[in-house]
Amino acid sequence: MLPLYGFADAVHGFDPASPRQVVRLRAPEHGPADSADAALIRDPHDLEAAMAHGFSSAVLLGKSAPASDQIPARRITLGDNFAYLADGDILGFHPATKRFRTLYRRRSSHNSFLVTERCNHYCIMCSQPPKDIDDRWILREIRQALPLVDKQTRSMGFTGGEPLLEWRDVIEMLDECRDILPPTTVHVWSNGRAFASSEITAAWAALAHPNLTVGIPIYAAVDTVHDHVVQAKGAFDETVLGILKLKDKGQRVEVRVVLHALTAPHIVDTCRWIARNLPFIDHVALMGLENTGFAIANDATLWIDPMDYQDQLAEAVDTLDAARLPVSIYNLPRCVLARSVWPYAAQSISDWKNDFLPECERCDEQSRCSGFFTTGRPRYSRGIQPIGSRR
Amino acid sequence: MARFLPAEAFTAPEKPHDLLPFRFERQASGVLVSNMVGDFVTLAPQEFDRLVALDIAPGDGLYEKAYAAHLITRQRQQAQHQLLALRLRSRMAFLRHLTPLHLFVVTLRCEHSCPYCQVSRQSTDRSRFDMSEETAQRALAIALDSPSPRIKIEFQGGEPLLNFPLIEKIVSKAQAAGKRTGKLIDFVITSNLALLTDDHLAFCKANNILLSTSLHAPAELHTNNRPRPGGNSHELAVKGIRRAQEALGRDRVGALMTTTERSLDNIEAIVDEYLRLDLDGIFLRSLSPYGFAVKTKQFQRYDAKRWLAFYQRGLRYILDINKSGRYFPEFYSALILRRMLTDRPIGYVDLRSPAGIGLGALVYNYDGRVFASDEGRMLAEMGDDTFALGNVATDSYRSLVMSDKLVGLIANSLTQCAPECADCVFESHCGADPVYHHATQSDAVGIKPLSEFCARQKGVMRHLLDLLDNSPEDTAILRRWGGA
Repeated sequence: MLPLYGFADAVHGFDPASPRQVVRLRAPEHGPADSADAALIRDPHDLEAAMAHGFSSAVLLGKSAPASDQIPARRITLGDNFAYLADGDILGFHPATKRFRTLYRRRSSHNSFLVTERCNHYCIMCSQPPKDIDDRWILREIRQALPLVDKQTRSMGFTGGEPLLEWRDVIEMLDECRDILPPTTVHVWSNGRAFASSEITAAWAALAHPNLTVGIPIYAAVDTVHDHVVQAKGAFDETVLGILKLKDKGQRVEVRVVLHALTAPHIVDTCRWIARNLPFIDHVALMGLENTGFAIANDATLWIDPMDYQDQLAEAVDTLDAARLPVSIYNLPRCVLARSVWPYAAQSISDWKNDFLPECERCDEQSRCSGFFTTGRPRYSRGIQPIGSRR
Repeated sequence: MARFLPAEAFTAPEKPHDLLPFRFERQASGVLVSNMVGDFVTLAPQEFDRLVALDIAPGDGLYEKAYAAHLITRQRQQAQHQLLALRLRSRMAFLRHLTPLHLFVVTLRCEHSCPYCQVSRQSTDRSRFDMSEETAQRALAIALDSPSPRIKIEFQGGEPLLNFPLIEKIVSKAQAAGKRTGKLIDFVITSNLALLTDDHLAFCKANNILLSTSLHAPAELHTNNRPRPGGNSHELAVKGIRRAQEALGRDRVGALMTTTERSLDNIEAIVDEYLRLDLDGIFLRSLSPYGFAVKTKQFQRYDAKRWLAFYQRGLRYILDINKSGRYFPEFYSALILRRMLTDRPIGYVDLRSPAGIGLGALVYNYDGRVFASDEGRMLAEMGDDTFALGNVATDSYRSLVMSDKLVGLIANSLTQCAPECADCVFESHCGADPVYHHATQSDAVGIKPLSEFCARQKGVMRHLLDLLDNSPEDTAILRRWGGA
């Protein structure tokens, strides 16, 4: 697993009282193109190149930072476990505490920005447990970072918390995002309730973003079941209204269903309901559980072996497909899925928290398989086994 | 970490339940219930009684079933109503396209003399029974005046190929007008194909015209059902279909069968013939009580019960063909399935409410009279002018469609409020047929328990529901037909 945050081993030249900074890493030979650029230095050659190209900031990897006068004045030294950082990546850095976070990795296709940790849901399986704190600085940091993101970036996500709680700020940010990165596909993961407000939905539609999708969870065809999962009364009604208002304005909507013991046993009913009532949505994602955050605390309520809903999941996919609704399965390895749904199973787990088991080396499907989450306390299905001839 | 609340915390009855509108029918297997947009759910009799009494609570299984099926909502909730409203709006959206179909009876003459003919054919003596150019012009002007952005002009007879020069003129004038106004216009010629020439085909090809014909089987049945001088009607129809497929493309010619008494025992042979001719499906139709069909007593020779047995036997045979891998839909079932499994707006003229008369189609007779439907024209040939709306010489699109006569016939026959229909569990998927009920019961609304139309509709829908509930293999095929 890649560590996405940590503390710098050493910091020089930054005023500890200065506010949070956004730093973009540059290969030394490219030279600085923005005041936020810092040369990424792995060895003495890099250092020479950085000086030759006039960098005044640097990020040094590894403890053996050269003791030389010929070195940029402002520098951050990081441990070896951040050796994955590369040209074009972006860090958020807090000089007072030396704490930093990797905000963006140019070579990754799984870049997502956490917008806030606040939420009006308290989902029983939340992988990112909410905190009731003022964290509006996060959005300010994102707005600093956006102009530094590679213009070729194909897709980007914004997650939470509930990103739409401070909806005016988020919509303003997306407005900038559309102008700065017009071809980049943008996903926002929301619980959808904000869109029950016509004012918010109108503002969202007015963005006229060419590649914007909002992913919204629906956990059941029945209000009480959904409300229990998200631990919020009235959530189902508002979420459904939100989806209807978004589609009324022609906005792209994905419905997401996380599969666990409260949702998986009804997955056929839920998908039949989606196919019948929301046939105009753009995509349905049926998602295996990430066993981290609240999912660990509620393991006794939530755990179900995917083998125990394998048939229902296949029928659910078939129901959606027959209604011509695009559907994908996320986060579940192929060995626990019926063969009929393999074409729908995506390699969905973000690269930084994705891995395989030793037995996967002998599996013919590994190169097409989602693999596993490395976060939290992974639980493995009894169905896991190598597929095919190399068994 | 805050405490997580148990399921019961979200099921407390602080917001009481309300019933939403639904329809039901008691059956041997339980109570069949349909919501406002025709989703079906079967409940046990006790469950149904509890639902009606609202003796339900989250977690008891019935609450979940009823909520997912939009039979109940909770106070202060909006989503259940909004979902029903938008789905109903989608289902009724065919009303946005007023009068998309225009039938031109370019001649009443025909060289066939079919005993069941629903149109009263005349001898092939020219002058009296051909549509004049002036009448055609005026009819076209009315058709172009209908608000629908896309219309279909269907040439009918008699045998329309007997007045082909008029077809050529109408097509060319319509196309010129379409270019001018942006209206899209499709053309169909309904012909027995016996007189089909290469010139006809070249014209159809050049103008993208569909051909529609009648085909019975086996050959001997077709020839007997559809007599013509020379006794070769089947041979000519088959030849015509093949030539049209070759000249225009396989999907540019369709065939219709009509169920006569003699067809009832021959459905397998009929289907085989359609397969042999590489047709893309079949429509198991029933005979209508109009025209010569009544005069020759053909209509009375079989009743709904026998027709349903024929339909079920035919459908079984067709489903088995599909199981073997060939996609070959039965079009009537496909239409009902689209209605039952999706909310796509379906304005099929003979199965909708408000009825398709006038709002779905207008018929311009050879003599300039305008009728609300093809069957209405047939009634007029029998001396009953109930569905005669006016004349192209004196009327406009607006005066025809807004006439008190048409508005009255449509308003009185709405299934949404007609006796029996309003409470029928199948209402969402059925339609008003004021012409049929007028013809058979002298009453545009009709007494539905005595209506064979009603018996056929209910029979077809019950049968399809039975297959969907109990036969997964058939269901996979039926869902494809219905596009869901």
